[in-house]
Amino acid sequence: MPSTLLEKVWNAHAVRKLPNGQTQLFVGLHLIHEVTSPQAFDMLRGRGGQVMFPDRTIATVDHIVPTKDQRRPFLDVMAEDMLSALERNCREAGVRMFDLASGSQGIVHVVGPELGLTQPGMTIACGDSHTSTHGAFGAVAFGIGTSQVRDVLASQCLALEPLKVRRIRVDGQLGSGVYAKDVILEIIRRLGVNGGVGYAYEYAGDVIDNMSMDERMTICNMSIEGGARVGYVNPDDTTVEYLRGRRFAPQGDEFERAAVWWRSLASDGGASFQDEVSIDAGAIRPTVTWGINPGQSVYVDERLPKPSTLPREEREAVEEALTFMGLAGGDPIAGTRIDVAFVGSCTNARLSDLREAARVIQGQHVAPTVRALVVPGSQAVRDAAEREGLHRVFLSAGFEWRGAGCSMCLAMNQDRLEGREVCASSSNRNFKGRQGSPVGRTLLMSPAMVAAAAVAGEIVDVRTFSRAH
Amino acid sequence: MPIEKILAVSGTALPVRGTNIDTDRIIPARFLRSVSFDGLERHLFEDDRAQAGESHPLSNPAYHGATLLVVNANFGCGSSREHAPQAIRRRGIRAVVGESFSEIFFGNSVALGLPCVTVTPEAATDLQSAAEGEPRTSFTLDLQTMTISTATVSFPAHLPAAAREGFLDGSWDATGLLLERYTEVRHVADRLPYLRGWR
Repeated sequence: MPSTLLEKVWNAHAVRKLPNGQTQLFVGLHLIHEVTSPQAFDMLRGRGGQVMFPDRTIATVDHIVPTKDQRRPFLDVMAEDMLSALERNCREAGVRMFDLASGSQGIVHVVGPELGLTQPGMTIACGDSHTSTHGAFGAVAFGIGTSQVRDVLASQCLALEPLKVRRIRVDGQLGSGVYAKDVILEIIRRLGVNGGVGYAYEYAGDVIDNMSMDERMTICNMSIEGGARVGYVNPDDTTVEYLRGRRFAPQGDEFERAAVWWRSLASDGGASFQDEVSIDAGAIRPTVTWGINPGQSVYVDERLPKPSTLPREEREAVEEALTFMGLAGGDPIAGTRIDVAFVGSCTNARLSDLREAARVIQGQHVAPTVRALVVPGSQAVRDAAEREGLHRVFLSAGFEWRGAGCSMCLAMNQDRLEGREVCASSSNRNFKGRQGSPVGRTLLMSPAMVAAAAVAGEIVDVRTFSRAH
Repeated sequence: MPIEKILAVSGTALPVRGTNIDTDRIIPARFLRSVSFDGLERHLFEDDRAQAGESHPLSNPAYHGATLLVVNANFGCGSSREHAPQAIRRRGIRAVVGESFSEIFFGNSVALGLPCVTVTPEAATDLQSAAEGEPRTSFTLDLQTMTISTATVSFPAHLPAAAREGFLDGSWDATGLLLERYTEVRHVADRLPYLRGWR
């Protein structure tokens, strides 16, 4: 019977059906970081347990690392404590860690793929909701909480409910200045921030087929912002070629055999989906969020919704968001002044993102009222960008060029908004207080749009901005 | 593992209105800068409370001692941080009643023995109004009959069968269950081409 990728991967990892109807699922790759794992190790110790498959867990440090001065011990005592705890736990359990000295440290969802640890057909879990990123490779990858991190450490398994699959086809041609970020913001805007609850999103169609792995990762990354814990793309030539030669990918003949299996996992023609959605890529324009959840967005040439024209049940949420954001319904989003520009995060801090941002600002300068920073997704991204001279483009434009980490996406280090600052951000969440100031304000957009906003000091349409400069 | 059956939760209720209340709002990221969950309850909804002033229900002493939290749609969306249900549970809440929950938040709550049951949107607002009208109103969530009731009203509540069974028979902590069949786990690992080797 024709099957979806989700079914094939799920079945290959199913240990048994539990008495309560859930599946005991084997986790092929477990990624950990310093924020959600220390309590899990403590719980495991408290129960006298041990790590069952230490070679299937990989650690890095990302959330709390300072991006300016990374010398140890960190000046930030709590950050130092958290990193030390991770180091100690990994050492005791025999878990491999990519730390700051490794040259391979970075945001866990950037590091896994670029090292070739992330491979098609794996089940991947991590105590981080953006684990959906790894689905770009045709893995079934999802975020878990700390008690589940404990369970994976103890048993390499999780107890899970089966997922439905919604296939989202994106066909047609994306316009210039329209990016993967705009596609996923469009999907979230259309299907809602909880539209994906209970589903895995399978992204398909010409546009996805033609995307690079970096772009597919951006799409899968924000599945969770649409409520879908899992998002994936079927493995194809692009996937295989990305993995060829990566450090932890199979090598030589083994790679060719692996590639055969990887390709065989793609959803079969005739597989049935519990839901299907089709999106016309040609209609998508550069998108900017104006509210306090990632579904509250408009195209850059649109106006903000007017509460008075909305159905009663939507009015309150829109009013709350506009009030928090200090924006007025009916106003255009273009022209909204910004204070901070952030290019970074597991959504958009890969080499191709940095290239696009650099292309936009080449020969320009950040507006005098704006502080702008680029935080590469990993040390490898940072090194590759420096080899291309991108850091010089950013530095001469007045951007700060930082070390790798999660940084201002969620402000668990020193990088944060102050007071009511407005940030044009290439990250994934515009929740109240997300970027570190309880009253700080976030506008999500593509890295190119962030770069253009940094120069203009306000939201501008990157399509016309690039032509005009 | 400790076996604790959860058959019912009774007590007063804390009504927190709003759709899409994300885990950053439940517990802002700066309070995740720790290697333990200790003390998180002090920071539950901290920024929302600061911005709402006295009007946030958690700042209202009338709701002190509530054991149920009543919310609206897509509660707990966003970050997978277990710190969110940890903070809620450590504050004394023993069950959450709402229109819908994010999947990760729901799963994290189950792992803590914190049932999150769903009710219709109308029932959620009616229950919130009941608690707001008289904060000492006593509610009972009965997981055997799957109802949430006060002395005067009762609404059907829903919980996926597996989670419900886990609470009723005390098997909601999955670790023991997952450790039962090591040989079967090993078999699956040995069958997977990426672990067995690409022969």
